[in-house]
Amino acid sequence: MAEAGKPLIEVVNLEKDYPTGAGVFKALRGVSLSIAAGEFVAIMGASGSGKSTFMNLLGCLDRPTRGSYHLDGRDVSRLSSDQLAALRNREIGFVFQGFNLLSKLTALDNVALPLMYAGMGRMARRKQAQATLDRVGLGERSHHTPLQLSGGQQQRVAIARALASRPRIIFADEPTGNLDSETSRQVMDFFSQLNRDEGITLVLVTHEADIAAYARRRIRFQDGRVVEDVAQVEAAA
Amino acid sequence: MIFASLFETAWHALVTHRMRSFLTMLGMMIGVAAVILMLAIGQGAQTMVRDSIKSMGSNLFIIMSGATTTGGARVAGGMAPTLTFDDADAIRELDHIVAAAPVSPGTVQLIYGGVNWNTSVFGTTPDYAVVRDWAMESGGFFSEADVRSGARVVVIGAVVARELFGEEDPIGKIIRIRQAPFEVIGVLAAKGQSLDGRDQDDTVIVPISSAQQKIFSSSLRNRARMIMAQAVTEKRMDAAESAINELLRNRHRIGVGQEDDFTVRNLTAIAEAAASTTRIMSLLLGAIAAISLVVGGIGIMNIMLVSVTERTREIGIRMAIGARRRDVLWQFLIEALTLSLIGCAIGLALGIGGAVLVESLAGLPVAVTPASVLMAVGVSFLIGVFFGFYPARRAASLDPIEALRSQ
Repeated sequence: MAEAGKPLIEVVNLEKDYPTGAGVFKALRGVSLSIAAGEFVAIMGASGSGKSTFMNLLGCLDRPTRGSYHLDGRDVSRLSSDQLAALRNREIGFVFQGFNLLSKLTALDNVALPLMYAGMGRMARRKQAQATLDRVGLGERSHHTPLQLSGGQQQRVAIARALASRPRIIFADEPTGNLDSETSRQVMDFFSQLNRDEGITLVLVTHEADIAAYARRRIRFQDGRVVEDVAQVEAAA
Repeated sequence: MIFASLFETAWHALVTHRMRSFLTMLGMMIGVAAVILMLAIGQGAQTMVRDSIKSMGSNLFIIMSGATTTGGARVAGGMAPTLTFDDADAIRELDHIVAAAPVSPGTVQLIYGGVNWNTSVFGTTPDYAVVRDWAMESGGFFSEADVRSGARVVVIGAVVARELFGEEDPIGKIIRIRQAPFEVIGVLAAKGQSLDGRDQDDTVIVPISSAQQKIFSSSLRNRARMIMAQAVTEKRMDAAESAINELLRNRHRIGVGQEDDFTVRNLTAIAEAAASTTRIMSLLLGAIAAISLVVGGIGIMNIMLVSVTERTREIGIRMAIGARRRDVLWQFLIEALTLSLIGCAIGLALGIGGAVLVESLAGLPVAVTPASVLMAVGVSFLIGVFFGFYPARRAASLDPIEALRSQ
């Protein structure tokens, strides 16, 4: 847990440049903000606004060109790629729009995968993966492969995989983008519940206002800058 | 712990793409099978050559009548042999020499009862058994006394014993050689084929005096086509050879600058040359087979590269959920290694099976040695590491974001 008063995520003047054929594309032009443990934040913005770049940086998948990023008080820009991998493995869970499950593995093996990279033994990780699948209501489907599951079920397997190593933060990139509205509602309800009951910090990237409405704070990106950062009342979906 | 998991992951990936895995291994299998088979045949040939060299007798010199010509040592038709029995006795007296026997070779027809048999005959002295390291199967060799008296006794080879006598005991029986009766006093132990492919056991040996009186009916008293001599040790072969040369040049009164009327052949040197030829041959065969191993390794590398490209997204996902670069590296390296080692195992089975088949069908001697098996396994392992490393490194150096974005 972060110390009282110290934010879990703190970025100062974060910039990210991408070299392109026609010079440098500035995806982020100085972003400063902090997110406390237990927050539920929606990051909005049009495509190209820099919101995905921002999430990749927060998720330790990428490093900033300039500026600092402290995760739980640690300066992420100083960590080696192995240390970043360890952070992603233990502190962070990802949920993607396209689910990103390994299609040849069963649901159980998909969920157990981060535990394997954490060095957990086969029996222990299968047990923990099964328990996590139970939590998302797919305990009965643990031996199905992703192709044998519906979109909503696949996203729940992906959520279970994000939860398996008991991370403190979950980054969800358009998690409902491929789902119908009913399934979207179920997934978002589950996220809200995780945030409310377990205090897991949630950072949600979306361009849909009704999905963003589940969060208690809304940050809007435009042209690589934060143009709006407001608290909002959680939608009583 | 994580290694066991990575192996499991690799195994899973190979099993899900069974056909592709099999085709990838095919090159490795053929390569290993070829190496094993070629080395087995090469080893077998070497053993065969070594055995037939041994059967000639050790540290052996053959001194031929006549000068060396390009076609080998030959005596012109009708010319008398230049070597004498006294030459043989003088050679035997040399320091480096254990035994020396004059030899007159020929071919004869043998008759025993109603059976005829054409074979080679050697007229010689008891030293012949010594220089050829030839043991007796039964009976004994003839003596110096038999040579002096021109006794009509004969020692027969294993093939002759079988062809003429079958199950009968030949000792004491009388056979006719060119109408002259000879008593069989011994049967030689079997030696098998000689280097030039002749059956050494298809022969009879008689005292050289009796041969010249009764068989060759020649007027060449006390002369022999060749002398076989044995040196004390292999180390003293060279000293013995020059001693023989010097002795014979003196005895035959050959002046400086004149051509020798005899030829000394060092059988150990010839044997070594033959042995090294077969060794080079088998090395060559092995090297050609090793090329197919390398080609197999390149096949593995190609498929692994395709696999890395195909599974870029998978790699991105694994990295996102916490795989370190070295975990990805090991995953693909272990896959390549598993492919090459399974290919090697199947190749070993094929190669050994092929060797057994060659032995039983073609009658060639083969020898699958532990060294060649160990070498094949070791080389496959190295090839797996070598050709697996590049694709694996490519996988490990992917950018997680790029990888996740790829389809």
